Parts: sequence; structure tokens; C-alpha cells
Amino acid sequence: MAMRKFAVVIAAAGLGLAACGQSSGGGSGDTIELTIAQNAIAGGKNAAAAGFVADWVIPKFEAAQKAKGKDVKVKFVPSGVDDEQYKTKLSLDLKSGKGADVIDIDGIWAGEFAQAGYIKPLADVVGPEAESWDGWSQIPESVQGLATYEGKKYALPVGTDGRVLYFNKTLFQKAGLPADWQPKSWQEILDAGTKLKSSGVPVPIQINAGTAMGEATSMQGVLPLLAGAGGQVEQDGKWTGAAQPLKDALGLYQKIYGGGLGDPKLQQEAKGRDKSFQQFAEGKIGILMEGDYFWRGVVNPATGVAPMKDRDQNVGYALIPAIEPGKGIRGQDFVSMSGGALRTVNPNSKHPKEAFELLAFTLSPEALKEETKDGNVRITPRTDVNKEILAGQPLLTFISEKVLPLTAYRPPVAVYPQVSVALQEATAAVVGGTAPDQAAADYQKKLEGIVGGAGNIAS
Amino acid sequence: MAQAISPPEVIDGDPSGRRGGYSSDAAGLGRLRAGAFVAPALLLIAAFLVFPALWVLYLGLTNYRLTGAAAAEPQFVGLDNFLDAVANPTFWNSTWLTLQFVLGSAVIGQVVLGFTIAWVLRDRRGPLKRLVEGLVILAWILPSAVVSFLWVALLDRDGGTLNALLGIPGFAWLLDHPMLSIIIFNTWRGTAFSMMLYGAALGNVPPSHLESARLAGASGWQQLRDVVFPHIRGHILTNLLLISLWTFNDFSPFLLTAGGPDGRSEVLAVHVYKVALQSGELGYGAAVSTIILLINLVVAVFYLRLLRSKK
Repeated sequence: MAMRKFAVVIAAAGLGLAACGQSSGGGSGDTIELTIAQNAIAGGKNAAAAGFVADWVIPKFEAAQKAKGKDVKVKFVPSGVDDEQYKTKLSLDLKSGKGADVIDIDGIWAGEFAQAGYIKPLADVVGPEAESWDGWSQIPESVQGLATYEGKKYALPVGTDGRVLYFNKTLFQKAGLPADWQPKSWQEILDAGTKLKSSGVPVPIQINAGTAMGEATSMQGVLPLLAGAGGQVEQDGKWTGAAQPLKDALGLYQKIYGGGLGDPKLQQEAKGRDKSFQQFAEGKIGILMEGDYFWRGVVNPATGVAPMKDRDQNVGYALIPAIEPGKGIRGQDFVSMSGGALRTVNPNSKHPKEAFELLAFTLSPEALKEETKDGNVRITPRTDVNKEILAGQPLLTFISEKVLPLTAYRPPVAVYPQVSVALQEATAAVVGGTAPDQAAADYQKKLEGIVGGAGNIAS
Repeated sequence: MAQAISPPEVIDGDPSGRRGGYSSDAAGLGRLRAGAFVAPALLLIAAFLVFPALWVLYLGLTNYRLTGAAAAEPQFVGLDNFLDAVANPTFWNSTWLTLQFVLGSAVIGQVVLGFTIAWVLRDRRGPLKRLVEGLVILAWILPSAVVSFLWVALLDRDGGTLNALLGIPGFAWLLDHPMLSIIIFNTWRGTAFSMMLYGAALGNVPPSHLESARLAGASGWQQLRDVVFPHIRGHILTNLLLISLWTFNDFSPFLLTAGGPDGRSEVLAVHVYKVALQSGELGYGAAVSTIILLINLVVAVFYLRLLRSKK
């Protein structure tokens, strides 16, 4: 008796589970349920983007579909965490065959996600309409490259960006430095730092280092410096080991953090990057290397996480100089690094066609114009839109006209994120007191393990 | 009654399961029905404990990754991950830090503090006892995320409460003394369990024994050593076993220091999270997990042997 009752309970529970599984599948009735996920959340990280999706994209898209006679419901799945954590969450979602229908990823994850089968060529997931999307003709070749892996398009590019040196004009004035500062060599950065220091600025220079800041250390730190010293992390399949450019880049870290021009502790703290934003906004940091995200999303007086009311008057920006004029990559005087986000359709989506329509809708001219109005301007992937919206935006025009022509991109290969971590560890070691040559040698040893032996390292 | 429900002492070799004149089948169910009764429990254990453990063991033998080509088609790599772990100084560093963490926060911190509170409060009644116990238990039952947020606010170097109280702004507790910080944090957090367990255990010490000891002129320490400890030895060992294992596998230090700075508070639980999920090396992470499982077994066997040697 007892056994039978127990069996009934188990069976009932099983049915219940099965029933749950079915109802969450979404396909019931003729309502199509779509989800869209970004690392953005109302009241937190990328709040403007989150608000735009919730308040404009979703109602407009649902209305447009309704006009076509389709009942589509869209839900926004927010996140507000570090990019590394977002990536972990996303990979676990995709690995288990779940995740939102339309997802945002960092361009640099495309390679490893594609290799793992987490994302698939749009033509396979969606069909020919992905290749014939009318927006492609408006997107520059280099930006399309961000979404391309082994010759196939895996996503639509959401935009691109560039890195510059930001500086606080008030602090500069106090230190007797010009408001239109443009250093022409690393030594001039250090000289400015010394002057700032003697005028009482607590943190004269902040160039991201260490592992706690993750990819921000690579993109806003060691990679632009490496490019400024004439090096590239990878070129024609060969990786840069403990060569002179890396030693030079690590040497600059030593001069800044060993010489009291930067705050080594800030590079170690779990929330160090957020703190560096806060300190810049509070006027405690003189010079900061960051991307245009800093201008748009951090010190933005309206929607930034560390808003500066006087941003337009008080925050200056300059190109990142090579170690000495003409010594950067391709013999350049100035350098930068660029990346960009991608947006794609989850291969697990039950409604890939509708998901692609939603995806394309978010990158239509009218959506991009709506998204970028009221002080939320960013560099969109579309030249037709950029022409209109960048007018009257000094920093973004600066980046699109002066920085993008001389920028460099990270190698679009699956192993790059591991190499990036090894680079971050090298900077952490130097900030912690290790000699640059030693840190470079340790890096090369790790690199050999990651890229499959010394044969893949440029000699 | 007590004898009827206690387990049989020996059943070796005797197919009937009977020996010494009393039945091992106390409930009178018979083998089949008894088996049917435990089957659901065994199935659950197999599905949620044994299978995952074996699966981790298997994953540890592959180069499985969270992303990239090895995520789609993992290769069998034999014992490479285990050899890598044993040769990896980061792993040994984490093991050593975990040992400090367990010894400092569980074996010394929680046990000593928990026992002291229980001992001091043993004969007290009234609001003071309720207040102290309430505060200690509160630290234990609050969610980790909430508690760690409060501690980050307490220890922050720029706007932290502790620095404001001590008048030393800029002192970086979590960066300059990461291990000390998480040890004190975990002592504070977990003392409630030891306090309650010892509180209950001290109730079992016959007051007459303590009275006789006092009459014989035993000092406070002598009473503790010769009367109280022998009575609660089993409780102490059980408590040590539980909190050592809990602390060994505790992940909440991550919420305070994220394993940093530069791995100086990267205990094994955090180490596994970092290599497996942040760096995506699931195979290597599984291998390290297996090693952790073995260490846990060794710790458990050590305590259980001590516990048994009482008899």
C-alpha cells in the first residue's frame, strides 16, 4: 500500500515536471515569445541601453508585428555585472541549450563561441535573409570583420569604439599643464604625471593593470602600450613573446606604479575599475586611459555611473602616443585599440526568423537614431546613421575621424582570451614589484603553454 | 526498546543475518520490502551524489572547456590535468591558504569562540543571554550575499566603517591582510553553530560531577579539562568534522576579496571557480575538484576514527 502510494506521488511529480517543461517551451497557442539579453540593467550598468530596449524597442516591435498579424511578445533579460561574469553566464546558458533568443556578445568572444558551437553562422540559423540584410551595405569592412569568423558572418555588429587618454582639465590647470594637452611620447605622459603629483593630485596616472580588471586591463592598458611600442600580440599566426615591445610596455607600468605616479592598490581591488571611474569623477585622477564608453556611460552627466556635471568643460582627451614619434605599429605616431559588441540570434531559438527580425530592428536607422538621442550618442555600425548623429559630438567625432583610422584590433582567434589573461598577469606582476624583463619571460613561458609550443611564437 | 532499534553488531558470513539470538530484521519487513523502502533514497543518492561525483572524475580526465573547440569535442587526456595540478604552484598556494582558512576560522576561531560563549552563558538566564545568542545566530542565518556586502562596506579602504571608527582612512584591510580578513569574517559568520552545539552539550554534563570537582578544590581550568571535556568529547569531534568540511568548501570568501589581490586569498573553492568558470578550463577544474573530494574524505576519515576510538 505504502509503496503504491509512493509510486503515485512520484508519477504525479514526474507529470508535473513534464507539464512545466512544456509550458515554458513557449510554442503554445499562436503567441510567439521572444527574449533579448544584454549586459545592461535599469538603474545600473548601461542603464540607457536597458531603458531603450524596454521602453522603445519592445513596444515598437510588438506593434509592428501586430500590424503584420503576428502576436509577438518580447521580454528583456537584464544583467548588470562585469563582462567576464556575463560571459560565464552566457556560455553556461548556451551550453545547456538555453539562453535568450537575441543575445549581445563581445566581439572578441565570437571565435571561441563559434568553435564551441554556441553561436552559428547567421545564414544557417536564420536563412538567406541574414546575408541579404539591407544594413550590411552601410557597415564598413573593418566593422563587419568583428562579426566574421572564418569567412562567415555570425552576428550583426552593434558598433565600434576607440581608446584615448582622458585628463582632468582643472587638475591640469593647477599643475600648469595646457588644456589642449597632447603628449607625443611616453616620456611626456610621465612628465605630466610628475607635475600633477607635485601639485597634489593623489593619483596622477591610471593605466589599468592586473587581473581584477579583466579585459579592461588588456584593452585600456597593455595592448595600446604594446602597439605604442611597435608590437602586436599576434601577427600572421605568430605570437609576440618576451620581445622588446612587451618589455617596453611593462617598463612603463613599472615607471608609473613603482614611481608613485599611480595607485598600485587600485589595480588589485575587486572593484578597482569602478573605483577608478569614481575617483576620476571626483577629481582625484589626473590622466586615465579609457575607451569612449567612459565618456558615454561613465562620466555622462545624464546617465553615467559616475556622472560629471561639467564633463564637456572639464574632461579633456588626447591620442595615445607611441613610445616615441614614429615608433608605434606601422610606424605610427599615435595608436589605439578597438573592439565592438555583436548581437546575434541564439541557435537554440525556437523562432529564429522572428528573432532575426527583432535583431535587425534594433539596428535599423530609426532604432539607432532613437537609441542615440538625448546625449546617448555612440559610434553605431552604420555610416548613414553616424553621419547624422555624430555631428556636434566632439569626442565621438574625434574618435571616428582621428582614432579609428589608426586603431588596431585584437586577433579574432579562440585562444586570445587566455593570452589576454596571461598579459594581465604580467602587468599584475610588474605592479607588484617584479622586474619587467622577468615578467615578460614568465609571460612567454605561459604563452608557450597556451598557443601550443615555442614554434608559434615569433622569434 | 533501545536495543531493538540499534544496528546489529555483526552480520559477517551468516546468510540468515541472525546471530546471538536476536534478529537483524527488527522491523519485520523482510529483505525485499526493506529493500523497496530504501530504494527511493538510494536512487536519489545515486542520481544526485554518486553520478555527479563519477562525472566529475570523468571530466577531470578530459580537456573539456567552457568555450572553444574543446567545448564541442573534448579529448581524453588521461591524468594530464591531475599532473598539471600537482605541478602547479597556484594549486599548492590555494591548498595552503585553505589550510590556514580552516585552521584559523573553523578549528580555532569558531570552536574557541563558540565554546567560550556557550561556557560563559551556560548558567545565565534573561535578556543578556537572549541578546548575545540572537546576535550570534543572526550572523549565521543572514544570506551570504547580504553579509559580504556589509563586510565590504565595513572594510573598504576609502569609505569603510572600520577605518572611520579607527581613524585610519586608506588602510586597505582586504588588500594588505586578505587572509586575516576572511578568517575573521568566517569566524564571525559561523560561530553560531558551534555555540549552539556546545550549549546543548554542556547541558549534558552532570552538575553533580562539577560540584564534586569543586569540592575537591579543582580550579576552573581543571574542571574544564577533567570533567567537562571528557563528557563532550564526541560533540567536539562531530562539530570539528562538520565545520572543517563546511569551511574547506566555503565559497563566500570570493564575495569579499574575489580571491585577490593576485591570488593571496584564493582558497581552493575560489580556485576551482576561477579556473573552471572564469578561465573556462572545466576539465582541469574537475580534476582539482576531485582532489578536493579526496582531501575531504581524508579529513572525514581522520575525525571519524578519532570519534570511534572513544569507545
